[in-house]
Amino acid sequence: LAAPPHRSLQSDGVNPDLASERLTASFSVEKLTARLDGGAEHTRMRRAIVEAIESDPAFSRENQYFQSQNERYEAAVRRAVHLQKKMREMGWTENGPEIKYIYRWLSGDIAFLLHRVFMRSISVLGSDKQVAKWIPLATEHQIIGSYAQTELGHGTYLQGLETTAVFDIATQEFLLNTPKISAMKWWPGDMGRSATHTVVFAQLYVHGKCYGVHPFIVQIRSLQDHSPRPGVTVGDIGPKMNFEHTDNGYLMLQNVRVPRENMLSRFCEVQPDGTYVRWGSQKINYFTMTTVRISILSDEVILPLMKACTIAIRYSAVRRQSKLKPGEQEAKILDYQTQQQKLLPQLAAAYAFHFINIYLHELFDRGYQEIQGRNFDSLPELHAFSSGFKAMVTQYCTSGVEICLRACGGHGYSLLSGLPSLYTRVLASCIYEGENTVLFLQTARFLIKCFMAASAGQPIPPSVTYLSSAKPGKCPAKDKLDFLSPDVYLKAYEQMAIRSVTKLQHLIQSGAEKHEAWNQCTVQLVKAAQAHCHYITVKIFVETVEKLDNKAGIQKVMKHLCDLFALHGIFSNAGDFLYDGYLSGAQMDLVTASYLDLLAVIRMDAVPLVDAFDFTDKSLNSALGSYDGQVYQRLYEWAQKSPTNQQVSPAYGKYLKPLLQNRLSKL
Amino acid sequence: IAKGRGEEGRPGGTARRGLQREGVINDPDFQHEDLNFLSRSQRYEQAIRKSSLMVMKLREHGIADPDEIYWFKRTCLGPFPEPFGLHFSMFQKTLETQTTDAQKEKWLPLVRGVNIIGTYAQTEMGHGTHLRGLETTATYDPATQEFILNSPTVTSIKWWPGGLGKTSNHAIVLAQLYTQGQCKGLHAFIVPIRQLGTHEPLPGITVGDIGPKFGYDEMDNGYLKMDNFRIPRENMLMKYAQVEPDGTYVKPLNDKLTYGTMVFIRSIIVGDSARSLSRACTIAIRYSAVRHQSELKAGEPEPQILDYQTQQYKLFPLLATAYAFHFVGAYIKDTYRRISGDIIEGDLSELPELHALTAGLKAFTSWTANAGIEECRMACGGHGYSRCSGLPDIYVTFTPSCTYEGENTVMMLQTARFLVKSYTQVSSGQRVTGMVSYLNDLSRQRIQPQHVAARPVTVRINDPISLVEAYKARAARLVEAAAKNLQAELNHRKSKEDAWNRTSVDLVRASEAHCHYVIVKLFTAKLSEISNAAVRAVMTELCLLYALYGISKNTGDFLQAGILTDTQVNQVNQHVKELLAIIRPNAVALVDSFDFHDVHLGSVLGRYDGNVYENMFEWAKKSPLNKTEVHESFHKHLKPMQAKL
Repeated sequence: LAAPPHRSLQSDGVNPDLASERLTASFSVEKLTARLDGGAEHTRMRRAIVEAIESDPAFSRENQYFQSQNERYEAAVRRAVHLQKKMREMGWTENGPEIKYIYRWLSGDIAFLLHRVFMRSISVLGSDKQVAKWIPLATEHQIIGSYAQTELGHGTYLQGLETTAVFDIATQEFLLNTPKISAMKWWPGDMGRSATHTVVFAQLYVHGKCYGVHPFIVQIRSLQDHSPRPGVTVGDIGPKMNFEHTDNGYLMLQNVRVPRENMLSRFCEVQPDGTYVRWGSQKINYFTMTTVRISILSDEVILPLMKACTIAIRYSAVRRQSKLKPGEQEAKILDYQTQQQKLLPQLAAAYAFHFINIYLHELFDRGYQEIQGRNFDSLPELHAFSSGFKAMVTQYCTSGVEICLRACGGHGYSLLSGLPSLYTRVLASCIYEGENTVLFLQTARFLIKCFMAASAGQPIPPSVTYLSSAKPGKCPAKDKLDFLSPDVYLKAYEQMAIRSVTKLQHLIQSGAEKHEAWNQCTVQLVKAAQAHCHYITVKIFVETVEKLDNKAGIQKVMKHLCDLFALHGIFSNAGDFLYDGYLSGAQMDLVTASYLDLLAVIRMDAVPLVDAFDFTDKSLNSALGSYDGQVYQRLYEWAQKSPTNQQVSPAYGKYLKPLLQNRLSKL
Repeated sequence: IAKGRGEEGRPGGTARRGLQREGVINDPDFQHEDLNFLSRSQRYEQAIRKSSLMVMKLREHGIADPDEIYWFKRTCLGPFPEPFGLHFSMFQKTLETQTTDAQKEKWLPLVRGVNIIGTYAQTEMGHGTHLRGLETTATYDPATQEFILNSPTVTSIKWWPGGLGKTSNHAIVLAQLYTQGQCKGLHAFIVPIRQLGTHEPLPGITVGDIGPKFGYDEMDNGYLKMDNFRIPRENMLMKYAQVEPDGTYVKPLNDKLTYGTMVFIRSIIVGDSARSLSRACTIAIRYSAVRHQSELKAGEPEPQILDYQTQQYKLFPLLATAYAFHFVGAYIKDTYRRISGDIIEGDLSELPELHALTAGLKAFTSWTANAGIEECRMACGGHGYSRCSGLPDIYVTFTPSCTYEGENTVMMLQTARFLVKSYTQVSSGQRVTGMVSYLNDLSRQRIQPQHVAARPVTVRINDPISLVEAYKARAARLVEAAAKNLQAELNHRKSKEDAWNRTSVDLVRASEAHCHYVIVKLFTAKLSEISNAAVRAVMTELCLLYALYGISKNTGDFLQAGILTDTQVNQVNQHVKELLAIIRPNAVALVDSFDFHDVHLGSVLGRYDGNVYENMFEWAKKSPLNKTEVHESFHKHLKPMQAKL
């Protein structure tokens, strides 16, 4: 497999400080890239798609950092429309293998992502008849859809939604209303300006009885002139930290009527006489919600961390500051231990999460097979996994991106570094698809239940059997090298996770979930869930490394990263590991020593390890992180393109001149 | 309850300032559209308008006292940066302190009257905190008695100075001085950059704006490139070092004096940390009292999210931290004032410790506040992500303080250098004084083989004074460990610099522990000064929460050093939870005491009246995307797309 042109070692103009980093790689970058893509053929396909998109000027990201919210939105709509054309030209389809690479590249710049959620929700929640009616219209973009669940007053807690849908037998319609201000739909993407239709989640009332939250298809804008339909108040919710290309919207409904057939009725239906019928199992629907949490991880969460690491590590190899030895050239900041301690654990985490993500997808694919066969046994475990890992990975990656941003000093603060937009984007993931604290508590609930079941001798899912294997003991490590043994650190993580759960013994004995008692323990419950997820992540990383081919140096460098990820976790949470003496204070010093040694080892491969992520310069869109390392030149060129330098600011003539001259004349 | 104290630390000034504040806030001249809806250029223009107006008002009211100016500026401009900021701070201050009498006479009237607008151009594209690496040159030409200024490389282009891009017509430029063929190091020069009257860049000067940033939209951070640009010899600031007409260089007498300004600026950042975190806490805590969600008990109404333990655990330790930092900020400011007096008298003895302490505290407080602001934003869920919450703005405005005026990690290492030096002194039998005097105890321990950490500290977890001792023991242990590791590296025949680098993670930890101890100590000391019993009671709760939460987040240090047992760690965690419940009823009152006006808070979520949802709707309606009922992109893109199919 030949290296692609964008990262050839021969290419002229690569900053020597970056070129030298690549000469000493201990492994084959190209082979690792192929491993990350899941095979060389996937790498080839991905590169071909990226090339097709990047060579099309309609998708250019140039000047993106200079655009206003209005301009970003309009460009996103323009690109979304252009993409339809492009897909036909290229022969790409919505269900094809290319689609994930297309959206991976475009997702921060393109409208109608919620349109896809709209279609998916109709496919999953709609009857065959509804699917037949709406999906062709949506596929052809005759209508543009959104997905209106969250309200001003309620987010993760769905039962609290306040929008109402009252069935009117006389006209066979539902009457939708926003009874108060907090019931206004708030945040749905594509809804503020673009959507013609949306799926509205509302409390269903029939004959005065409430049947809970149900989905309804509601037309919100005219298909002729795009004006809001009667009774509909709709608009954009205003500027946010990011997602400026998306018209997140508000929606108020006043006596808006939709036909009975617009309630999505795969699982339940209101019959013409008002009888409410429920059939089938909604568990499959529940499963869909759960998979969404996992599906965002790769592109929306782990990818930004990989990009941030790429930018920060390349920049740290180019930036020289201060001298390590008198008389020598200034040192690369990547050679400072404190800089390594900031960046390299983030790099290790990016790899750890890449592997846990693969594991979760396999788990969910298996789960899906079982559910298809009407076996719902694995559902609670899958739910607990998706909640806990969504929360842990989003939280960790968000903080990781911010560390990368701040590790780039002043230049990281410039939008041109690309880091602020990566950060503001990834941090939204801590909130959407379920607020993280709430999700951790769901995982904790599962752990407590399993532990209780295990204590009562009942069978528990394989991922948590370790909870019943608690044996008091001490860590056997005697030397710092002992901590490079996965058995040693895995055991320490396992003990720590068990302890975090069993510490909640009193809660468990009290029968659990007595509401007040539960609320009194939530801080510890969150910790227990985190400990569990952290342990599983280390475990999967270890297992992945064991399975890796020991060719081309890949297994060795991945083992280093795995050790670093594990030891950094112990170093950063020392108290949890020291508590009850599983690790002694002296052993903690050995952990620290081993951890610091690893930084120096991985430092040698740091640049090749981010090169392996294989981001093109255009997808990074960073003046600091480009492959050639020509940081300062690019920063200067890009800054000159800023509109502030292109236009004459009216401020001088209007305010400064009078201020300065007024006084001169008085002197 | 602690009204006025939190915000300004100056009881008595509150009422008058309140009146002044109302005056400015209601002044129609200072009104403008919500900044969130403006483009960057528009925000810059608004800032210039308000700054110009403010200068006029300062003249009108005859305000001249620096503290008064600072307060008035904050009132006029709110928490936002202003393009004139560096004119009043660094530009003016440098000209006041580093010029000869003749230079003062020439420049100061122009500066004070804002006849010229100046900035301070130090940072370059390639160098920030490491000043010696700056590359701009100023070469003396005795033939014309001029300095020739040059930016010899791309990396030497001045980059970041506020107000440089579009606003200023002068800059103090830091450059490597060359005279008689020798480099004499960094010196300051006053350089005209734009034509008076037309504001066009002067020949030889390339100047502009560095483009969009995370925040600071109001500020025209700029770049400056100089090509053989000549200035007269008199434009070098010559109070200390001088270049004589023939090119002879006269050395300065004392270079420690520059410490003073740095201490001052860093102490301001400690205060900023407190203020920014207080603002974020105010918003998050008020909103959490308004937001109802989910259920605690089946069948009951949805509780305020402030009643959830996890929410309290996120917010109340930050509230305690905000109060702690207020007291620390006030302490440093007072100490600086006191020591500045000594400096003028020629007594520099206390300066090194104060310099080391402010470096560390600047880093400690700005890191903590930075993370705390984000925690507050996250605690507001989705709505915290909207610009209407005001939290994104607080964050993006505050976060660069982790980098500017000294990058935080470098600051921590400066403090560590002082700590290691003090430790070495103690080891060689000398005594040290001030905040590091706990290191003296180490020498008494020396006779025993065990290290200091093994010394049992009887910690009473309900007693702040006892907790100060626990923090002290932790700091001593980590300073000792870092110093010993450094020595071990040196014993491996590593060069001094290598050894230092290989110990720097330990050194930063030691500095953090030292700063943490200082803050707990200062907070605890403050308690006895509070005369009102009710205020003292609630401050004691916050102080305990601050100290105990800090332990629970760093249990590893306390367990490893044997300062606390497992059982005590459990008690600490338990007590933290009890304190959350105790503080809960006072939470809103405690943020009300910060006394931020709604206009300065700039947050729909944090409004004093708590009418959050209605006002979010009102705010959103003004969004630029809502200017027309049907957006133009419908006609441009959507309609043609649908027609084609």
